Formats: sequence, structure tokens, C-alpha cells
Amino acid sequence: MTETADHGSNLPARWSAAIDRALRPGEKVIAWFETDLNVELRFAHEAVFLTPQRLIALSSSGQDQVREWRLPADLTLLTRDFATVGGLELVDSHNRLAVWRYTTARSAAAQRFAHRFEVARVGHANGDGGLGAGVCPSCGGVLNTDDGACPECTPAAAPPPVSSLLRLIRFAKPRLGMIVLGFVLTLAGTVASLAPPYLTMPLFDKVLIPHQNGLPVDPTLVYWLLGGLAGSAILAWLLDWARTYVLAWVSERISADMRSRTYAHLQQLSLEFFGGKRTGDLMSRVSSDSDRICNFLSLNLIDFLTNILMIGLTAVILLSINPWLALVTLSPFPFILWLVHWVRQKLRRGFRQSGVAWADMTSVLADTIPGIRVVKAFAQESREVERFDQSNARVLESNDRVNVIWSFFGPLVTLLTEAGLLTVWAFGVWLVFAEGITVGVLTAFLAYISRFYTKIESMIRMVQAVQRAAASAHRIFEILDRTPSVAEPKIPYHPGRLEGSIDLVDVRFKYGTREVLHGINLSIKPGEMIGLVGPSGAGKSTLINLICRFYDVSEGAILADGRDIRSFPVAEYRKNIGIVLQDPFLFFGTVAENIAYGRPDAPRDEIVAAARAARAHDFILRLPDGYDSLVGERGQSLSGGERQRISIARALLIDPRILILDEATSSVDTETEREIQAALQTLIEGRTTIAIAHRLSTLRRADRLVVMERGMIVEMGKHESLLESPGTYARLHQAQLELVQGLGA
Amino acid sequence: MPEPFQLHRDPFGRLALTDAHGVQHLGVNPIRGFPISAAEYGVSICDQEGRELVWIRRLSELPGELRNLLEHELSQREFMPVLESIDKISTNNEPCEWQVQTDRGPTAFVLKSDEDVRRLDGARAIVTDANGIAYLIADLNRLNAVSQRYLERYL
Repeated sequence: MTETADHGSNLPARWSAAIDRALRPGEKVIAWFETDLNVELRFAHEAVFLTPQRLIALSSSGQDQVREWRLPADLTLLTRDFATVGGLELVDSHNRLAVWRYTTARSAAAQRFAHRFEVARVGHANGDGGLGAGVCPSCGGVLNTDDGACPECTPAAAPPPVSSLLRLIRFAKPRLGMIVLGFVLTLAGTVASLAPPYLTMPLFDKVLIPHQNGLPVDPTLVYWLLGGLAGSAILAWLLDWARTYVLAWVSERISADMRSRTYAHLQQLSLEFFGGKRTGDLMSRVSSDSDRICNFLSLNLIDFLTNILMIGLTAVILLSINPWLALVTLSPFPFILWLVHWVRQKLRRGFRQSGVAWADMTSVLADTIPGIRVVKAFAQESREVERFDQSNARVLESNDRVNVIWSFFGPLVTLLTEAGLLTVWAFGVWLVFAEGITVGVLTAFLAYISRFYTKIESMIRMVQAVQRAAASAHRIFEILDRTPSVAEPKIPYHPGRLEGSIDLVDVRFKYGTREVLHGINLSIKPGEMIGLVGPSGAGKSTLINLICRFYDVSEGAILADGRDIRSFPVAEYRKNIGIVLQDPFLFFGTVAENIAYGRPDAPRDEIVAAARAARAHDFILRLPDGYDSLVGERGQSLSGGERQRISIARALLIDPRILILDEATSSVDTETEREIQAALQTLIEGRTTIAIAHRLSTLRRADRLVVMERGMIVEMGKHESLLESPGTYARLHQAQLELVQGLGA
Repeated sequence: MPEPFQLHRDPFGRLALTDAHGVQHLGVNPIRGFPISAAEYGVSICDQEGRELVWIRRLSELPGELRNLLEHELSQREFMPVLESIDKISTNNEPCEWQVQTDRGPTAFVLKSDEDVRRLDGARAIVTDANGIAYLIADLNRLNAVSQRYLERYL
């Protein structure tokens, strides 16, 4: 990645004039770095420019703040990162000459700049040393920003500005036909239910009132009108039935789709996401939030549509019968609309708050119920009860706040309804007296208007459901919007069956702002066995997580068969990897299913063969139902050694090229130990193996031991040769021996 | 009582510590034990390997010059802006951009998830941005009305 004469296309505009002034004719910028802090750690911008001859520093106060240092000299640029701030320091052999400060947001850019500086100063350009390839290793997109972030892979900060509920349309599309049908039924049903009041008009004006006045009435007309009333009622009932069924059918499917999609997406997300989210919360998003949306779609949304239609049609009918009376009747309507809007605003905030409080409360539950043994062991039951009470009180408080608005608003609408009716009565009676309308018309108006207001009232009650559903939709989309940080490549390379060589090239990794691996370089030949050794916290597990691609490296690259593992589809790559963890997890299911977890279609012969090779066959047969015994959370409980062997069998069955072994620290009895060792021996044979090793036997067996300390490799070699030199390994080994002897004594 | 250790700054701006046995350690790092709940209590000085050399129970117990040196060094590596007001939050849904005023000047950052806003003891709260930088809210009740309304939905 080289910057061109225009200082690189992404240089912020605030610097271009100043740097043009500072540059000599013919001098051009090779690289630049912009800070986001000043030396006093206040938010501000400063910039450093590298040209073939000089280092030029500008600060945001303008061109009078130009400093420069000539190259080459004994100058070095160092980066020093603390927790969330870093410093780029320019030093010569005696002194520190200058410091620039930045937040973690810029630390990658700072390191890149320091690297370019080094390349320019030494005067040989042997590439970027893997720091700044022009192509994103993850998706194959072209990188052209100076911080090396791929615009394709980095999630955009600003989400699409569509409200969550509208985004449900995405799930509705496949069911469009049924939705249209439901809507047509709704329309027809609404029209049918509006017919009866219309028929009351002639019933009064042509039948009842003439009859009262002693005039003759045609009896067939009475039958027709009554028949019409009955018919429209039955029709409305039938249509309503069909409509409710159709829309419930659709909404169930939409919410089922949504559950599946959310769960599928959840499985795609990397461990990083699960680290930050609480299990209880995720479970409730997939289950109850999608259910709430289903309810909303099937019940409230239909009602809402019907009501809007009803209100619109009623208004049209009223206007067509008598415009003046209609206008008076509808006069409170705008006021009600405004009121609804106001309440909606209030309620939205209230519901969101009560949602947060509710989530807090469930997370207290999710925290303490699985940890109940700890709670009881430390006799902290009452404190936990208190903690729960506190968050429960917060739920109560936020619900109370909503209820205050709600309880005021509901009766107010009733009052307005009454007022509306009263207006119609008063104005209607006056119109009848003035011979403006007939009694029949007035009756019809009264019938319509009471429906009208009932609908408005129910619509307002729906505001609550809408807001709740919107909050649920928001929570679901929060998962769906999350792009997996272990991204699938845009231009995938299919690895097939790997040879099994692994190369780590300057691998760095950060958990948040803390760098835990500082530039690991390691080449592993196919079939080689590597033992990772080191004190806890040295970064062994992190390294293994990176090799498995549970996380992606922050910098550098991991190559398998000479290719960046980020260019493989994740699932295809992982097919080549077998993992045996210290505390293997068994799913609820039979022993056979657990062994065949990685290859569900494996024939029984192979399952048994794998179990035999893993020395698990004998104890499995001693279980009540042999290979069909249920294990896992609700099944048989197995000992640590037994679970270990099942997981070895699980790994054997997929016959991986690369084997990851996380050895348990706790010792088991000698007999079990021997069984496990024998099982492991079979497993390791002929595979590239990376083992976090604790047992002496594993250490001896390894072709090479890699000793790690504080995120770096400190020693490498065979067990015996490492013991001879006085280093970390010899120290660790000595400590282990003393421990064993101490226990034995 | 004389301190059992001495500190000075070398020309490269690094701290050097001379311990009770007269051994000099170059490039030592002071680290607060309780940066959020009790900043004054417990500062550890570690060597470059991360091993503790000295534990200082309270900074205020140190003689003036030593304390100034340490406090200055700490201020150079601690970065927790105090959020003074929230001008704008771009959307209702996360990730969203916050435009804020802090004691270190105005800035903008991206909030990844609503769980990154959390309440501490009393009326304090912490907002952690997408880069892991934490913004402290010293007193929720003293924020202006606009900021409080923005925060309502998170707390």
C-alpha cells in the first residue's frame, strides 16, 4: 500500500493545505498518521507525515505548529500502548524527542506508521512484512484506508434508519399471497359489519315512523330489512372467522421463520459475541420476543388494520348521509389523534425503560440459578434475595410510571367518546326539529358513531402492544444485525483435506483493548506434535482459539498449508480440526450420538471402532443401555475420565488433519491416566497436533515444546534439551516436581 | 520514615525505580488497583514483566515529589474522559453514534450495544464505546435534561 503524490486519498482535509506549505518542491509524503488526542490527552487532532527526507509534525492549531526531524539519523519511532491510550514516541539514542498520543481507535494505524518509518529509515523496502497487504485477508476486498480496516468487513456504525417494526416486512415477503388474502378478507369483513346501521335508516324512516303515524307499511320490506340485518351479521362473522385464521396462520409462520433465522444467525456468531451476552437474555430473545411479535402480528395488527378501515369507511358513510352532522360528529377526532401521538411518545420511553428493568431482573435469575451451589456454599441466599428484590423494585417503579400515564389516558378517551355522542345527540335533535334530517338518519348516525369511538378506543389501547412489539423487534434485530466477527470470505478457497502444516506469522491478538498475544511466529510441519507450555495466562488457550478460528487474529496471519485460514469457509476449515477439551461437553443424547456429533451419518461400526480406539468401549458397555445410554445434562453422569475418552472418540471419528488437545491439569488415578494416554496415542498418530500439555508423558512425547510467557514465545525445543538450559521451562518443571513430591510426602 | 524505594524519570521519559536493595528497574509501570471504585487506594508499581515491585496503599501517604511524579505518570496512561453532556445520539437502535462533551473536549463515538452503558454505585455510570474506551458519568442527576432523557432508555 503506497501513498501517492496527493498524500494518500484519505488524508483529512484539515491537513492538506498545511502540509502542502510544509513540503519542499519535489518532496512527497510516504505515509501519515493522525492522532485523536493531543499530548495533554484532550480530544484533538495532530498529524505526523513521513517523507523520504523528513518527519513533519503538524498540530491542529495551524501551520505555526510545524516541527520536523531529518532522516536518516539514529531516530526510532516506538509505540507504547497502555489500556485505552497509546503513545507514539520519537527517540534518538539519548533522548525522547517527541510524543504523540492517541486512543486505541488509532493504535493499529500508529503501529503501521511506525513500521513504515522503520522501512523508510533503514532504506530497504522489503514489503510491509504482512502488516498492510492491499487485499483484505477476510473477504478479498481491496483495502485502501490507512488504518487497514476493510470497509466491507467492518460493520457500519450507522444502522439503517428504519424502525424495527417496519423491518419485519423482510420476513413477511415470502408469505405475501396469504397476507393479501387476509387483507382482502379484512376489508370485506369491515364492509359487512358496517352494513347493519345503514339498514336501520330505512327501518325507521320507511317502516317504524310511518307505522306509528298510522300509514300502511309493506310487510315484505320489513322482511327484507330484517333479513339484510341478519345476513350481514352472519357474513361478517364468517369473514371474520376466515380472516382471523388466515392471519394467525401467517403470523405463526413469520415468527417461526424469525426464530429459526435468529437461532441460525446466533450459531454463526463468534465466541466473542457470546462472551459479552448473557445466556438468559439470548434465550429470551429467541423465544419470548419472537412470540410477542407473533401475537402482535396475529391479533393487534389485524385489529389495527380493521380499525383504521372502519374509521375511514365510517367517516365516508357519515359524510355521504349528511355532511354537516358528520363534520360536527368528527370534530373531536383530530384532538384524539394528537392525544394518541402524545401518549405514544410517553409510553415508548416508559416501555423501553421497563424493558431494560425486566432484562436486568431476568439476568439476576440467570446469574444465580446456575450458580446456586456457590450462593448456598457462601450462605448468601438473603443477599441474592435482596438483589432480586432491588431489580424487581426497579421493574415495579418503571411499570408504575407507565401506569400513571395509562390510567389517566384510558378514562380520558371514554370521556371524549361520551362528549362525542352528546354532540351528535344535541346537534342531531336540533337538526330533526329543523327538519334537516329524519329520525332514521339520526339513529344510523348514533349507531355509527358509537362504533367509531369504540374503535378509536381499542386503537389507543393497541398503542401499548405496538410499543411492546417494537421493543421486541428491536431486540431481535440487534442479533440479526450483528455481523459475525469471524466472517465468511467473499472469495472462498475450498481447502478440502489439508496436509496439516500451520504457520503463525506475527500473530497478535487483543481482547478488547488488552493485547494478549504479542507477535507469535511459529511453523508447524504436517504430522508434528507441538506441546504448548507455560504458566496460566500466558496465552496458550488464546492461541488455540485463534488456530480453531473461534476468533480472528487482530494482526498478522495464520496459514494452513500456506494459505490464510481466513480465506477458507469456516465450516470447511473446521472439518479438518479435531478438538479435545479439558472438560468435554456432552450434549443431551445417547453416547453414540455424542461420539458421532461431528459426523452424524457415521455408521455404527465406525462409532464402535472409534470408541474402541479411544479406550471407551469397555466402560460404555457397562452403562445400562450401552451405546444407547443417555448422557449429558439430563442423562447419566459420567466421570471426568470417561467424558474425556468419549471426546477423544468424537475427535477420532472425524479423522481430522489437525488436532487440538487441551489437557486437563487435574490428575486422575493412574489406571484412568494410562487408559487416556493410550487413547491419545492413537489419536495423535500421524496428525498435526497442538497440545496444551501438563502431563509429563505428553511433554516427553511432543516433537517440540513451545514455551510461552505473557503472550510471547520464550523458548522452544525438546523436553530434554529445554531441561538442560536454565530457562522458564526448567523452572516450571522444577516447580511441578516439587509439587508432586510435596503431595507424595 | 524514608520511602523504601526511589523513582526518577530517564531521558526517554520512562520511569526508573530503585528498590530497597538498591536494584534499579527501568521502565516500570504504575497501575491503579481500583481505578473506578477507589482511585486513591492502592497503586502498584510493576516491572516490564508485569511483576509487582512496590505496593503503595495510598498515594497520599507518599512524599510530595514522589507523589507528583507518580500522579503525572498515571495521568499519562489513564484515559477515562468524564462525560459532561450528551448532545445527540444518532438513532434509537444500536450501534449508534454519540456526540458528547467531556472534560477532555468534545468528541463522538460509537456505542455497540445497550449493555455497554452500565450503572455503578450511587449515581455514577460508565459508557464503553466500540473501541473499549470508557466514559465516566460522575453524577447522573447533575447532567442536563437532554442528556438525562437520552440516557433514560439505557438505565
